[in-house]
Amino acid sequence: MLVPLSWLKEYVDIDISTEELCDRMTMTGSNVEGVTCIGDGIEGVVVGKILKIDEHPNADKLVICSVDVGEKVIQVVTGAPNVAEGDLVPVAMEGARLPGDVTIKKGKLRGIESEGMLCSGDELNLTDQDYDGAEIDGILILREEYPLGMDIREALLLNDEVMEFEITPNRSDCLSVIGLAREAATTIESTLKFPSINVSPCTGNVYNEVKVMVEDTKLCPRYCARVIKDIKIEDSPLWMRRRLANAGIRPINNIVDITNYVMLEMGQPMHAFDLDKVEDRTIVVRKAKEGEKITTLDDVDRELKTNMLVIADAKKPIGIAGVMGGANTEITDNTNCIILESAKFDGPSVRFTSKRLGLRSEASTRFEKGIDINLPRKAIDRAAQLIQELGAGTVVDGIIDVLNADTNPRELEIRWQDINRLLGLELKPEEMVKILKSLNFGVQHRGDILDIVIPSFRLDIKGTEDIAEEVARIYGYDNIPKTLMRGTESRGRKTKRQKLHDYGKDILVGSGLYEIITYSFVSPKVYAMIDKQMPEVVTISNPLGEDQSIMRTTLIPSMLEVLSRNRNRKVDRCSLFEIGRIFIPKTLPLKELPEERQMLCIGMYGDELNFYNLKGIVQMLFREFGILEKAEFTPITTDTTFHPGRTASIKIGDTYIGILGEIHPKVGENYGLNIPVLIAELDYDTILDLSDTQKYYKGLPKFPAVERDLAIIVKKEVLAAQLENVIRKSAGDILEDVKLFDIYEGDQIPEGYKSMAYSLIYRAPDRTLKYEEVDAIHERIIKELAEHMGAKLR
Amino acid sequence: MRQKLENIRDEAIENISKVKDLDQLERLRLKYLGKKGELTQVLRGMGKLPAEDRPVMGQLANEVRYLIEEQMDEHKKNLEDKLLNYRLKLETIDVTVPGTNIERGNLHPLTSVLNEIIDIFIGMGFEIAEGPEVELDYYNFEALNIPKSHPSRDVQDTFYITDEILLRTHTSPVQVRTMEVQKPPIKIIVPGRVYRSDDVDATHSPIFHQVEGLVVDEHITMADLKGVLDVFVKELFGERTQTKFRPHYFPFTEPSMEVDATCVTCGGEGCRICSHTGWIEILGAGMIHPNVLKYGGIDSEKYSGFAFGLGLDRIANLKYGIDDIRLLYENDIRFLKQF
Repeated sequence: MLVPLSWLKEYVDIDISTEELCDRMTMTGSNVEGVTCIGDGIEGVVVGKILKIDEHPNADKLVICSVDVGEKVIQVVTGAPNVAEGDLVPVAMEGARLPGDVTIKKGKLRGIESEGMLCSGDELNLTDQDYDGAEIDGILILREEYPLGMDIREALLLNDEVMEFEITPNRSDCLSVIGLAREAATTIESTLKFPSINVSPCTGNVYNEVKVMVEDTKLCPRYCARVIKDIKIEDSPLWMRRRLANAGIRPINNIVDITNYVMLEMGQPMHAFDLDKVEDRTIVVRKAKEGEKITTLDDVDRELKTNMLVIADAKKPIGIAGVMGGANTEITDNTNCIILESAKFDGPSVRFTSKRLGLRSEASTRFEKGIDINLPRKAIDRAAQLIQELGAGTVVDGIIDVLNADTNPRELEIRWQDINRLLGLELKPEEMVKILKSLNFGVQHRGDILDIVIPSFRLDIKGTEDIAEEVARIYGYDNIPKTLMRGTESRGRKTKRQKLHDYGKDILVGSGLYEIITYSFVSPKVYAMIDKQMPEVVTISNPLGEDQSIMRTTLIPSMLEVLSRNRNRKVDRCSLFEIGRIFIPKTLPLKELPEERQMLCIGMYGDELNFYNLKGIVQMLFREFGILEKAEFTPITTDTTFHPGRTASIKIGDTYIGILGEIHPKVGENYGLNIPVLIAELDYDTILDLSDTQKYYKGLPKFPAVERDLAIIVKKEVLAAQLENVIRKSAGDILEDVKLFDIYEGDQIPEGYKSMAYSLIYRAPDRTLKYEEVDAIHERIIKELAEHMGAKLR
Repeated sequence: MRQKLENIRDEAIENISKVKDLDQLERLRLKYLGKKGELTQVLRGMGKLPAEDRPVMGQLANEVRYLIEEQMDEHKKNLEDKLLNYRLKLETIDVTVPGTNIERGNLHPLTSVLNEIIDIFIGMGFEIAEGPEVELDYYNFEALNIPKSHPSRDVQDTFYITDEILLRTHTSPVQVRTMEVQKPPIKIIVPGRVYRSDDVDATHSPIFHQVEGLVVDEHITMADLKGVLDVFVKELFGERTQTKFRPHYFPFTEPSMEVDATCVTCGGEGCRICSHTGWIEILGAGMIHPNVLKYGGIDSEKYSGFAFGLGLDRIANLKYGIDDIRLLYENDIRFLKQF
């Protein structure tokens, strides 16, 4: 809400600086977001009259103007084609400053001295909204008479400071200058002086001019109408135009401007219909009929739904109630007679209609948030008064006022101690009464009770908590002490699972990985990018764009995208991880919330990095989580995202945990990654579920170990896991550990075979092993390996 | 014989002093003390001496032997020291060369700041709760005193999945979710990801993160809320940070407030970051609206409480001086390495 300070000052005495006013208003709840002044940056520009225009002897496109600037006549050279003798124009005198820090100096233009500059609207940083005609290509021609030499800021009322208030949705009453004046008066303990509303005696009778029928009294609890005759459409006076412009509303003509002025002043949206265009001179407030259409004032054809409230005449809709009027009854230069409408429409209904039509207006914003039931009648008189004062027409006597609501003020009975209890204060009831009275509440103190009469404009006040806020904000939030809670002592801590979750991150970071965070919605196209079918997904119905329209079911595409971005930026090595949620719909269309599951994705590329680096990290994580023993890595050739020969699926016991491997070159290519890229995606929630970090002490060995090496040659396809399995099985208990320390292919090894070298450690817990004993077992292992794996000793 | 022994002694001492390396010394040892060594030879001749001379000569021979051995040991030690010093000198390295790079990663700046925030609240007795990101309209709006027709629904541009299911626009739905399953006292913070359909620019992201706080108990006051937030702000931004509590409006709290802290960058002097006001808005808060307590099944006559919510991304940006929220989600490793 933009409020020109001059306007505010008309209703409340303010004798403090604007800065202090802003600070104090902010601290009582009317947050000031900024103060601007349109004339800032203009200095030394005055009103001048062009007395004479002569041709420039040296230039076709320039003219020489003699300009009367009050105390003297100066000579100004200009290239603008739109000036004429007798025009009043803004003249930047020598030394003048214009917006954008432009300083005007005397100088010669093609040999002719110019003592100043005639200004365009643009040079003064004005728009058509600020002053009609400001945007034309040429010098700004003033339409009113001003004393010559008058400062242009004063003449065009450009020196008014405009405060921008952030009005919260609960305070519809503050969407008006008067509402904010009330707040200001309470805040700075000053007096209010509202305009007195007096309509001069009128003739005629409104009931003879127009008929009003409200069919839907729930959606339209009050409808007031007045009729104005002998309309004389013209510009409204400059002060009104400037105030409207400063408040962000474009001046149109006197009638429209008056309705807007009253809306800004009092908060009551109003509308004027051209009565001669209203069929049967009848206003019907009703729901739209099936298939009805209307062209609104913004020249858009709109289809109406049957649950939208319209203002209609005897035949057709002439306005969408509370949202926008129809073009068919628009005020034009030929309008002779109007109906003024000042009503209260149901907020939710207006909100629904305006949202459905995608049409927001100053009016709909105010109706949505609620209008004081007493306001329409006051406002229509205020408009009539302004029409009379401006001589814009003849007001017909009487108001049609269709009222179907209780206008009695709402009352509230509260225990004043409840306020202290909520705020942590020890205010006396008298202090509360004083504050509430300053906010226009009626208050009676009766023992433990405050009997409160709520002013009709305070639609937001419903219970004790609302009264508590009123007391608190005027008493001052800053005056409330800072205390620490009494009551039950609580133990602050993370759960075991939360700690483990964080510990996992520490392990990953300790392994050289950097944590990333990516968006949880992605493009449906990512599935093609990773060479997968799109699974069932949760789809956003109103996404920002197709590329962010589904909730992800895998973290891999986001990881690849980040790796690709880094690679494109010439980062030659990248090791990343993300722990994030995926979203799996249980039914489609979605009836219940989808399953949200935390996944861990690791991604890396870089010269010396291979599958085993990534597997090492995963194993370290498993070891720390106590699940390495149970982890099983099995080759998987069928996952189309991954390299068929370099990918393992991972199980812990019988539970599938995820996948680990090198990305398929085709998928890499889709991301512009023409290098080996390693990715693991693991179900982090399940890992946390299965983890077992309980540690048990095992006695230190008392007897020496015997170490034997074993080098065998097997077919290439034989897996290390299979070999280790056979070794462990045939060795039995006394085999303490098996370590694979070398894999070799090449010279001395037949084609299609590989050499695998193991170090086996034997130990018995209760005795020193005899060599013969170990030899026997070692032999058995070799035999079993030969039998089951086709292994030969190297 | 005495003469012989004395000659051996003098010659040996002379020779030992000239020795340059351990090999030479060993040769000398053999020459004098070895099985066929000169001193050994002399001692072998001892038998031929008269019995009365033997003790004297024996003593002398032992003295000579002892002296030679002593000299040799001392010389050997010197030689070894020299050798070791020489080796150490050869082994000298440039200790100013940088150490071997041990690759360690980093947490994302959002996680680091969140961890700090969590620590502060855990220190004040809070626990951590979570909730779903795909949420029911009921928890995100309805139960927070924001019915379908409420104007403040416009303030938050919401991504919808269906009419009743949406992407949560704040972490506040966890308030009622928690109240439904936990009786007071409740003292939790809720970190999480939230969604609003804002177009991306330097200060807006359709996905960002919040930390919600919720306290419900008997006798909880607005003064307590101010106390907790003041401690939090001072812990996070430093003891000298001031807080300012401004009245505001949220449908689910009443009274409501916005909280400003003195600008982290300029300390309240006024700078570009704080738009020259000296203050930066860091969170919204208030006393839980009785309607919300009712939705949570909590007796609002007996219990009161407060809630607050802060934007994690914004706080991370303020703390680290990051001027563009997009950097947080781009994950350029050169950015990530800085935290």
